[in-house]
Amino acid sequence: MADIEFGLDTFGDIPQTDTGELASHAQAIRHVVAEAVLADQLGIEVFAVGEHHRPEYAISSPETVLAGIATQTERIRLSSGVTVLSSDDPVRVFQRFATVDALSNGRAEVILGRGSFTESFPLFGYDMNDYDTLFEEKIELFSRLLTEQPVSWSGTTRAALHDADVFPKTESGHLSTWVGVGGSPQSVVRTAQYGFPLMLAIIGGSPERFAPYTDLYRRAAEQFGSAAHPIGMHSPGFIARTDDEAKEIFFPHYKVMHDRIGALRGWPPVTRAEFENEVAHGSMYVGSPETVARRMASAIATLGAGRFDLIYSAGTTPMSDRMRAVELYGTEVVPLVRDILA
Amino acid sequence: MHSLTDPQQATIGILGAGKVGTVLARLAIAAGYRVLIASSRPPAAIELTIDVLAHGAEATTATDAAGQADLVILALPLGKAVPLDGHQALPLDELRGKIVIDAMNYWWEVDGVRPDLTGDDVTTSELVAAALPGSRLVKAFNHMGYHDLDEGSRLAGDSDRKAIALSGDDVAANDVVADLIDSLGFDSVDLGPLGEGAVLQPGRQLFGANLTAAEIRDVVEQAAA
Ligand SMILES: NC(=O)c1ccc[n+]([C@@H]2O[C@H](COP(=O)([O-])OP(=O)(O)OC[C@H]3O[C@@H](n4cnc5c(N)ncnc54)[C@H](OP(=O)(O)O)[C@@H]3O)[C@@H](O)[C@H]2O)c1
Repeated sequence: MADIEFGLDTFGDIPQTDTGELASHAQAIRHVVAEAVLADQLGIEVFAVGEHHRPEYAISSPETVLAGIATQTERIRLSSGVTVLSSDDPVRVFQRFATVDALSNGRAEVILGRGSFTESFPLFGYDMNDYDTLFEEKIELFSRLLTEQPVSWSGTTRAALHDADVFPKTESGHLSTWVGVGGSPQSVVRTAQYGFPLMLAIIGGSPERFAPYTDLYRRAAEQFGSAAHPIGMHSPGFIARTDDEAKEIFFPHYKVMHDRIGALRGWPPVTRAEFENEVAHGSMYVGSPETVARRMASAIATLGAGRFDLIYSAGTTPMSDRMRAVELYGTEVVPLVRDILA
Repeated sequence: MHSLTDPQQATIGILGAGKVGTVLARLAIAAGYRVLIASSRPPAAIELTIDVLAHGAEATTATDAAGQADLVILALPLGKAVPLDGHQALPLDELRGKIVIDAMNYWWEVDGVRPDLTGDDVTTSELVAAALPGSRLVKAFNHMGYHDLDEGSRLAGDSDRKAIALSGDDVAANDVVADLIDSLGFDSVDLGPLGEGAVLQPGRQLFGANLTAAEIRDVVEQAAA
């Protein structure tokens, strides 16, 4: 299988420091930058940071963090994961990422999404009842802005544009743009309609389950006459020296985060047995480098994925353990997956 | 098997062609039913999705699906079925007199902030029943995540077979739905009248449950204790 790209993804979870206290938001952001710098040195292809507006996560403004990373790295692509387009202004999103693109010599990338949290809606004055309309109108406007030509547009979710030219222009003339999708078939079809690459958020259950979605994406692209790109997938995980060590470090931190977020949605607390099952058969890539590599390779092969981003931070997992997971991913997991798939 | 749920004879209508609607459509097709499925858009908008994800189901309008079906499943956002502005999106006339399965939950991401749909004393299915005069409403399929539903279908007797809890005021309708659940690959646990279904809602004991029938009964007993 040719040219699979590997990435890392974080929401800037607040970690524990090595003395066991919770890091500040500022420390958490600086730690993410340090992890990205290491990822770059290790030759990992993409580093993605996701937008949230909650106390557990330090990153609300992905492109500002990416700008910081841009000037300290050489090769790694800098991505959002995701940018909540529904509650943002497509013009500003384009401008901010085009700016990161300039700072990084063309390495910026946006992953647009509807977001799986909704804090950004009241924060920025949007009505949840317009959830669908907001995304539909804004993705349409964003796709036009990507032409980097003057745009005329009108809709119900922002002021109309009349021949508006938006700056800065990118050097390549094209800002790399993906769409992140959970399980909604409608979103898969829409992504194909605009010809954007599809990033599947696979955060539970067996990855095989998403195979029909990749079919749907390809067939929809065919129908719309747009390009069908290799699909990407992102899933959570954690790597340590052994399977046991990885699970012992990861589970308590993951559980606190899972249960807190889950309570907001009315889900019951996660049990150890559910976690073990998800690690063995589902979409959590937790374990030694060999275990994680084997499971990643199998998922990538099953879905014919062209890119795999590992969400490596969950909850308060300590800084040094996270850093080591980044290192093991770059030095051991990625080469092993490539070997297995070769 | 009841003729309403005999896969060779019965037609299932599904309103909502998203995550849950397409999974239920696929399971129903696999069980041998004729399946009609609709969103709020023209059928063409979901044809490809249905062809890929639930091959064999027919994309149509909500009115047609409800009109032709022997049994209808609601798998659309709850806020659309219990609208604040009185603008009822569901085809009430076609649903009258029919067994209607309510698979919906209040989900603030989709439904917005709706105090009328939350609160400890609210059973959303009772509100749905009130919004559908003359329908025989049964709450089912709402507690299991769509991926568990997708992966969990097993033949009767399989030790790993999971169960769907149901509730409804019309005992005969509950029995029909229990048959349907069985034919889709799950055991069922009848909790009794609609009000008992509160335990299946987000934030309550059985929400998210991907359990066997015996395990579900245990949880219900503990909740009552
Ligand atoms: N996701 C789960 O794991 C899960 C599990 C159990 C229960 N549920 C409940 O099941 C329901 C559906 O959830 P979902 O996750 O499948 O959501 P979804 O993926 O967003 O799908 C919702 C579907 O409903 C359609 N719809 C909207 N308005 C409609 C109308 N007036 N008539 C007919 N169809 C309409 C939508 O299409 P258009 O907007 O294009 O019309 C879409 O196809 C919700 O109430 C949810 O709480 C979800």
